Amino acid sequence: MQRKKECVAMLLAGGQGSRLYALTTNIAKPAVAFGAKYRIIDFPLSNCINSGIDTVGVLTQYQPLILNEYIGNGQPWDLDRTYGGVHILSPYQAKTNSSWYAGTANAIYQNLHFMKMYNPEYVLVLSGDHIYKMDYAAMLKAHKKTGADCTIAAINVPLSEASRFGILNTNPDGSIYQFEEKPKVPKSTLASMGIYIFNAQKLFKYLEEDDANPNSSKDFGKDVLPAMLNAGEKMFSYRFEGYWKDVGTVASLWQANMDLLGDNPEFDIGDKSWKIHSRNPLAPPEHIGEHGIVKNSMVALGCEIDGVVENSILGSNVIVEKGALVKDAIVLANSVIKSGAVVSYSIVDENVTVGKNAEIGVEKNPDAEIVVLGRGLTVGDGVAVRDGQKHEKDILA
Amino acid sequence: MAASAIGIIFSNLHEENVPELVRRRTMASIPYGGRYRIIDFVLSNMVNSGITTVGLMTSNNYRSLIDHIGSGKDWDLARKDGGLILLPPFSEKHDKMYTTRLEALNSVRGFLYRRKEKYVVLTDCDGVMKLDIADVIEQHEEKNADITLVSHYGKVGNRADFMLVHANEDDRINEIQLSPHVEDGTKADIFINVMVANRQFLLNLVEETVTHGFSSFESDILIKQLDSLKIYRYDFKGYYAGIDSMAAYFKHNMELLDKEVRDELFGDRDIYTKVRDSAPSKYGENAVVKNSLISDGCEIEGVVENSILFRGVKVGKGAVVKNSIVMQDNIIGQNTSLDCVITDKNVVVSDRKTLGGCDTLPFYIPKGTRL
Repeated sequence: MQRKKECVAMLLAGGQGSRLYALTTNIAKPAVAFGAKYRIIDFPLSNCINSGIDTVGVLTQYQPLILNEYIGNGQPWDLDRTYGGVHILSPYQAKTNSSWYAGTANAIYQNLHFMKMYNPEYVLVLSGDHIYKMDYAAMLKAHKKTGADCTIAAINVPLSEASRFGILNTNPDGSIYQFEEKPKVPKSTLASMGIYIFNAQKLFKYLEEDDANPNSSKDFGKDVLPAMLNAGEKMFSYRFEGYWKDVGTVASLWQANMDLLGDNPEFDIGDKSWKIHSRNPLAPPEHIGEHGIVKNSMVALGCEIDGVVENSILGSNVIVEKGALVKDAIVLANSVIKSGAVVSYSIVDENVTVGKNAEIGVEKNPDAEIVVLGRGLTVGDGVAVRDGQKHEKDILA
Repeated sequence: MAASAIGIIFSNLHEENVPELVRRRTMASIPYGGRYRIIDFVLSNMVNSGITTVGLMTSNNYRSLIDHIGSGKDWDLARKDGGLILLPPFSEKHDKMYTTRLEALNSVRGFLYRRKEKYVVLTDCDGVMKLDIADVIEQHEEKNADITLVSHYGKVGNRADFMLVHANEDDRINEIQLSPHVEDGTKADIFINVMVANRQFLLNLVEETVTHGFSSFESDILIKQLDSLKIYRYDFKGYYAGIDSMAAYFKHNMELLDKEVRDELFGDRDIYTKVRDSAPSKYGENAVVKNSLISDGCEIEGVVENSILFRGVKVGKGAVVKNSIVMQDNIIGQNTSLDCVITDKNVVVSDRKTLGGCDTLPFYIPKGTRL
């Protein structure tokens, strides 16, 4: 029997995320923690399974260890399948042309055989650095309806930010007549979300041509999409309305976390109609102690809080001792904030120890910059870490 | 080194002690400690001791248990060889449903026969503790025992049905008493319903006693054959929460608010449970939470003190929850107050209600009640 999958997803997860500083020293951007217990990659993976897409290739390259371990056999996302499921695709050695992934298009090109194994009609290309809930099945339906060769998901962005994105210039029917990668003077505010659906055969053809082109930078936005448009292929935009946040910078990562808080949060992560699946920490319920005060915050399992936590996000097993204050901050799994310490407007990575009476960051204000403390470091007792500093190593005095 | 042992769990025994909680579930699936069920502690003890084959005996009301256990993967017990094996009643026309431990064992002789492991660990689901079963088996081997009974020195408590063991200095049991009359508050070595036996020995013993028309493991085997068999006790010295009444259930849950108890039960190893993929808990602008355990998926806008909240509980603005156990997916309305209340799963208490009990007689609200 000839088996096939209608749609295979290819998730680009090789990014370094250098604008996240110490947060990505040892891990790939898609493995960065988000929303107390999640990692960024939970969002595209959950979107896939919730949309009925059960075959996902995850292309990894930069610091893949934690990401690979996290994904495992895909069981937390119901992606452990006998046919299909999630597969980690790392660069590999071949008889000829062994190389690292040289760009987004090249990464997919190097895994043509993977996609062809499933004989798909459509390929969905995703990236692993956004927080959003999206029904890819609805996008696929639109793709089929318009009869497009390629459909690009797009969202309206403020004009002031439009030059950071790939901008789609479209006709009233949604068909794209021009694609501009990060234009200085944008003609529209319709930004590409880096989510593409291709007719598989068209994608394979253009990837092969792109690979043969010595002048190409092997990038979807810069090379493959413009080449398809120039050749007159049918390309449509698919309008997405809803929450979508790039978390590629410290400030945007912080803000997206804060968007989870409040009575009517901008992003409702507890929405049971579109569950975000994740590998769950094995930990008992969190304990709020006799002196604990927790307000407007999100707290993961296993925390022990006897201090004050306000407007903050706490990962699993975080300890906030009596007399400590955590405000407007993100503190990731297994970190310890000792008594009398103050952590404000900061992102504290996993396994960090903040010593007694230490001061991390400054009171949040429009000019303040977020402090970042990298994975596993120790801040000595009474040490002050100022506004905007990014640390990867212990700060003992 | 992983023990060469299989586990057998009796999910239904002792249900008479907490009739309210088991009205629509088994002893094994009673919710406990915020995000667990009693069986999670039992299974985790086994898995953490290297046991990878566990037979789960069920007799009735076991739908909630099956729903909780699934394939066993959350306990790492979805295996090709062994893993978690459900043993529901299997009755032929001439069989009658088993009622005792011995009859139950007799009904799973095939399972015992087919496995290759040397030992069998039998446990009930009426206790929460951290038990190193590998250590029990080690002592069992060392003493060259036929049967090892795990006992715990403590107050006899409220249960109607219990067994006291008396042993010599070498831990060999020389007297067993079935439910003797004792003064209130008496302390003694109580059998806590965990035992180890050699698999082949147990199989022979069960066949032999059943063919002679015996039906009670306790009185027909343990007591009658105390002299001819080598029966030892393993003295469990850790924290033991025996669930032998509603008051005990309430008291032991509340003991989890004590850090020492939490550290012993959860400290250096994992307690596995069913994964529900709930979001982390959310605390609102007006939340006041003191000395409480809060599970994932909770949304708290009110006051919570000295309480345990299970997964997905919503506490409305102005609500006050004190000294209470609030189970999964409860909604506690605005300005409602609870004191010494146990609300079972899916209870909805509307706005401006006041409910209370006392610590020795907590007010219990059954599953699914809407107030």
